[in-house]
Amino acid sequence: MSTSTPKALQTLNIVSILMFIISLGLVFLYAPREAVMGEAQRIFYYHVPSAWLSFVAFGVTLIAGIGYLRTNDHRWDHLGIASVEVGIVFAIMALLSGMLWARPIWNTWWTWDPRLTTYTILLLIYFAYLMLRQGIEDPDKRARFGSVYGIVGFISVPITYFSIYLWRTIHPAVFGRNESETKMSMEPQMLQTFIFCNIFFMVLFVTLLWHRFRLEAKTAHIEELRMKVSNA
Amino acid sequence: MKSYLQAILAIARKDLAAEIRSRELISAMLVFSLLVVLIFNFALELDRAARENVAAGVLWVTFTFAGTLGLNRTFAAEKDRGSLDGLLLAPVDRTAIYFGKLISTLVFMLLVEAVVLPVFSVLYGISLFNFLLLGVILLGTFGYGGVGTLLACMAAQTRTRDVMLPILLFPVTVPVMLGAVRASMGILLNAEWGEILTWINILVVYDVIFVAVAVMVFDYLIEE
Repeated sequence: MSTSTPKALQTLNIVSILMFIISLGLVFLYAPREAVMGEAQRIFYYHVPSAWLSFVAFGVTLIAGIGYLRTNDHRWDHLGIASVEVGIVFAIMALLSGMLWARPIWNTWWTWDPRLTTYTILLLIYFAYLMLRQGIEDPDKRARFGSVYGIVGFISVPITYFSIYLWRTIHPAVFGRNESETKMSMEPQMLQTFIFCNIFFMVLFVTLLWHRFRLEAKTAHIEELRMKVSNA
Repeated sequence: MKSYLQAILAIARKDLAAEIRSRELISAMLVFSLLVVLIFNFALELDRAARENVAAGVLWVTFTFAGTLGLNRTFAAEKDRGSLDGLLLAPVDRTAIYFGKLISTLVFMLLVEAVVLPVFSVLYGISLFNFLLLGVILLGTFGYGGVGTLLACMAAQTRTRDVMLPILLFPVTVPVMLGAVRASMGILLNAEWGEILTWINILVVYDVIFVAVAVMVFDYLIEE
């Protein structure tokens, strides 16, 4: 098992840092001030990519779960847990940045909007995933159970979203969103910044996932060695 | 096919026979449910109008909490007595174990519900005897029990098992809770049929999808 960081990953590290610095410049200096929401709108350049990439992350866990159950290859499971942890970080970022945005714009930290509610439940599912894994010592069983819960959890999300959506639309929403709030006018500079931030987050996601995957593989390797020593 | 059904029924019958002899689980679930109903009454300070609005919610919280109590025991008991290995040795398809356990769980939950419903009707002054409502209760209990049996099997094999089950189960059963509460509330408040039907549809869709998923993945949970 090689221990040195691969060249590609080292490059990704540097690219991520550079892109982050550039994104700060674009978001705060290049993109114009939004007319309706003002400065608060700038948070959206980070909020949107972290939100959708958290879904990608949990989707990767679903695929990794299926992969593990089919092949019994532990690398799939390393990918699954790595993706959950990165996904949780992105989800928390999205949730917190959303709340910071909502305070000045909707005049509240929180509404029981379907998207918000579903997203929080989603986050709870993956906290439960981590706790489940913590409670199991046998690595094979941990991988199997993690895979199953990763599948069940992800499948429940669209139904949860749909049911909460129905619940909120049948009942009057306390904080209605009118068109001007949801649809903002995108200047070309805004669009460029937005696209750049999305690419930045994709690179960041891959970088973090790769690091976490390597960490997990090494942890498993050490655990294996320890087992061998204690058995000898 | 016939032997498969026999295996399912044999497992369910075994659980029911054990329960009839000991009566630990049903009595615990029953007392617990009645306590929940009472506690809600104190906690929410219900007057007549408020009662009608929250009745469905209180009812389903009671059912799901009592259900969790029952689900916790289904596999934990097998694990404690070491009889799970015996079950696994039986030359039957593993999913038969899932369905057997599901049936016994459903019987326990439905029995508790059958006692709680009339008591609830009396205490809250609302008539709950309505065929449509009974159908909704059946669908909701089935969905909850279906996912619950799968996750209980998982939780029973972890270190913190009793604590683990609700944490795993509640976030994935949000649609069942929401669907069941909304449908029941619609029925109790005489809402439009279309609105009630939407929620019943969600319950049906959830039940079908999750029991199918459970059957597909159950094998992986009891490999030794």
